[in-house]
Amino acid sequence: MINIEIDGKHINVENGCSVIDAADRLGIYIPHFCYHKKLSIAANCRMCLVQIEKAPKPLPACATPVAEGMKVFTASEQAVKAQKGVMEFLLINHPLDCPICDQGGECELQDLAVGYGSSASRYHEEKRVVLHKDIGPLVAAEEMSRCINCTRCVRFGIEIGGAMELGQAFRGEHAEIMAFVSDTVDSELSGNMIDLCPVGALTSKPFRYSARTWELSRRKSISPHDSLGSNLAVQVKNNRVMRVLPIENEEINECWLSDKDRFSYEGLNSAERLTKPMIKQGGKWLEVEWQVALEYVANGLRQITHESGAENIGVLATPHSTLEELYLLQKLARGLGSHNVDFRLRQSDFSADSKQTGAPWLGMAVADISLVDRFLLVGSFLRKDHPLLASRVRQATKKGAQINLIHATDDDLLMPIVNKEIVPPTEMTTVLAQVLKALSTIKQATLDTSVQQIVQSVTPSAIAQAMADSLASGERVAILLGNFAQQHPQASQLQLLAQHIATLCGAKFGFFGEAANSVGGYLAQAVPFVGAEHGMNASTMLTAQRKAYILLNVEVELDMQDPQQALAAMGAADMVVALSAYKHHATEYADVLLPITPFTETSGTFISSEGRVQSFKGTVQPLGDARPAWKVLRVLGNMLNIPGFDYNNSEAVRDEVLGGTDVSAKLGNALHGVTAQTATWNTTGLQRVSDVPIYATDAIVRRAASLQKTRDAATPRALIHSVELEKLNLQSGEMVKLTQGHGSARLSIIADDSLPRGVVRVAAGHTITAELGAMFGTIRVERA
Amino acid sequence: MLSEQVRAKIDRELKKYPPNWKQSAVMAALRFVQDEKGWIDTGDMVDVAAYLDMSQMGVYEVATFYNMYNLKPMGRHTLTVCTNLSCQLVGAMETLDYIKNKLGIGVGEVTADGKFGLREGECQNVCDEAPLLMINNKKTCGHLTKEKIDQILAELDKE
Repeated sequence: MINIEIDGKHINVENGCSVIDAADRLGIYIPHFCYHKKLSIAANCRMCLVQIEKAPKPLPACATPVAEGMKVFTASEQAVKAQKGVMEFLLINHPLDCPICDQGGECELQDLAVGYGSSASRYHEEKRVVLHKDIGPLVAAEEMSRCINCTRCVRFGIEIGGAMELGQAFRGEHAEIMAFVSDTVDSELSGNMIDLCPVGALTSKPFRYSARTWELSRRKSISPHDSLGSNLAVQVKNNRVMRVLPIENEEINECWLSDKDRFSYEGLNSAERLTKPMIKQGGKWLEVEWQVALEYVANGLRQITHESGAENIGVLATPHSTLEELYLLQKLARGLGSHNVDFRLRQSDFSADSKQTGAPWLGMAVADISLVDRFLLVGSFLRKDHPLLASRVRQATKKGAQINLIHATDDDLLMPIVNKEIVPPTEMTTVLAQVLKALSTIKQATLDTSVQQIVQSVTPSAIAQAMADSLASGERVAILLGNFAQQHPQASQLQLLAQHIATLCGAKFGFFGEAANSVGGYLAQAVPFVGAEHGMNASTMLTAQRKAYILLNVEVELDMQDPQQALAAMGAADMVVALSAYKHHATEYADVLLPITPFTETSGTFISSEGRVQSFKGTVQPLGDARPAWKVLRVLGNMLNIPGFDYNNSEAVRDEVLGGTDVSAKLGNALHGVTAQTATWNTTGLQRVSDVPIYATDAIVRRAASLQKTRDAATPRALIHSVELEKLNLQSGEMVKLTQGHGSARLSIIADDSLPRGVVRVAAGHTITAELGAMFGTIRVERA
Repeated sequence: MLSEQVRAKIDRELKKYPPNWKQSAVMAALRFVQDEKGWIDTGDMVDVAAYLDMSQMGVYEVATFYNMYNLKPMGRHTLTVCTNLSCQLVGAMETLDYIKNKLGIGVGEVTADGKFGLREGECQNVCDEAPLLMINNKKTCGHLTKEKIDQILAELDKE
């Protein structure tokens, strides 16, 4: 530890700490632009110059490490003179037109110019001009003359985003920030560059010139998208969400946001918003009053319960719904007598139901991911499914963590992968069994009978052996299963094998939850296996078609594992009640559309992947006649005379679910009573491999206009190994007809040799593939 | 696509650096490309980036930072006239004007037959020979006079 003195205050800091960090701990602010606590030190803006005793000239506080007995003066005459000098230089080329700059009012340069600039410029010559650039639909680089070349955006790309998409080209006064040739910035974290930019050079394209920072009220909320539970500052003007910024929370999203969390708000103001209750009569949709619509629903449900029994009602909700909504929905269903409730819409293997020790969760705290030194990632489109968790893993690799990956696709994770096994989905259990076998040999452990049979049937490949070696050599190991593994038809097998691998190497074992409330859904009991009586799960209630369905936020053709089956079930039902924030394809099959509010217009709770309970308040008033779903369900419960639906507020619902319970005690990833089987499923023909593209995951992002213009939201194409393509006698780029069951889709097919043989990669969650069948299974490819 | 010769040269360069720091060879790689075809286009940068496992923008930064890399065709013989202080004091601007008139091109231009390109350059560290120019970033010709320039151009013209 080192003792230093800053502005007469003493502090004891660790060796290697910079002067600016030490000052920050003392609460002393040193002006700066290029310095950022999460990025490497560049020391190129020179704004943080301070006087240091015995140093002949001012030194940059960000790049000066502390030394024993150092005396720093941040506001001495010499320091302030230096800082003012730097400011004068910075302003030489910077346009002095703050009133027409989008950053005005929240600009670091503007703020510091008040303190360190002079009232008039001594520079009267021409300023340099830097041409504007088009770097994509999210980040605007329209005023690059404002850039002060701090390179925060460049360092963010390299260090946090994992790819250098922006750089500083040319030199001296010609230096400018740009992307290679006319490339766009495609990072799923690109929006953070807007926050990092201390001036108005990089601004938010969707938000630009729509409001001033002082007109916006700032309200706290929680992301409804991925399972991280990012903390959001929702900024509102005239009861409209104008933009979303991160709220710093070191344990969750640090100071970042994924683009999905940041720009999805455009979907909230979409023209497709449903604002009036609607009933279909004689094939025509009529706008009706709430009372009429709710009575229609209550009567319909009563009639079906009466005539065919409550078990003929199926209830589906997305895991993006709040805890309160999910809880009341299942309470309503169970009150009617139906246990057919599920929120795990893209899951296909339910054999682990009621054999889990608790709700599947991350198995560790999010913050601890950075400390892991060995990862085994199974079936995860990590970067696209969990952008900020991926960034945490990336940070861990910088500290030497090794990543072992078992997956069906080989997308670039923008981080080093030590061992990877890219296999068709049918072989994933085998690979895991191989790793388990190799590991049991290393550890000289006897395996549990539940996995003995499968382990005996395999011989570890060299890669499996290398993975086992890597895992065995770690001190803090994590085995994590992604969305793909959870949607996999052998999900419980994968889980069991991963669990045993974790036990052998003393690893943390968990799931990257698919959505904001993937954990909350279990705690809200929105699953069919609560208590003694079990109902049908998300899959069986479609195969065994029900007479009535209640859908909460669900767009069946996009949110379900098997859209074809789902649409057939909806078409055959006597009554479909869709609670939705949007007018969507349900107009084809539903009988009632009830306008409910998205997360910004209701209070609620999400339980993140790490089991963190985060409640939030509504940030704006509901649009039109839309109402929070928990209120709609409360009224429905009352109309149906189901007891226990007298809640005054959403907090009362939450407290009924969670009150007095220790959430961590309800989490658990271990399976009991499941045996690993060697049998695989029918593997004739090409197998479908599906991802849900990052901007197709839920109803809000699908309607976020700017996100839909990104490269990640491009029309899906079918990808296939070139050898398979040749076998089919097709050319890369050709249009093909893909067929599953009785439905088909027309896509262009592209050769991708990073895929294993025998599979076709076709995205789910997109209207273009909505006629196809399950996300896994046999698929036929032929020339269109 | 980098030619076999360029790749061989880069491979030799790579031996000087740790295997996971291939990007250390980027300056040499760009030089080899330029030696071969006289200039570096963005396609070459993409190739170099792929060969050295680095980002395309990273290569672009290097290629645009150093002014000895030609980012457009600069003729078979690129003449770089130093116009820094020492050379200026002994008539670098007159030298430059003389070459401009002689070749009929301005700075940054190439003669119609593609033989000569003309650039202004930075100090080449042999100020005792000022005024001077460099041919293709390889050969320095100092103590320039009109006669000597005529002679140099005549010799290059024959090549």
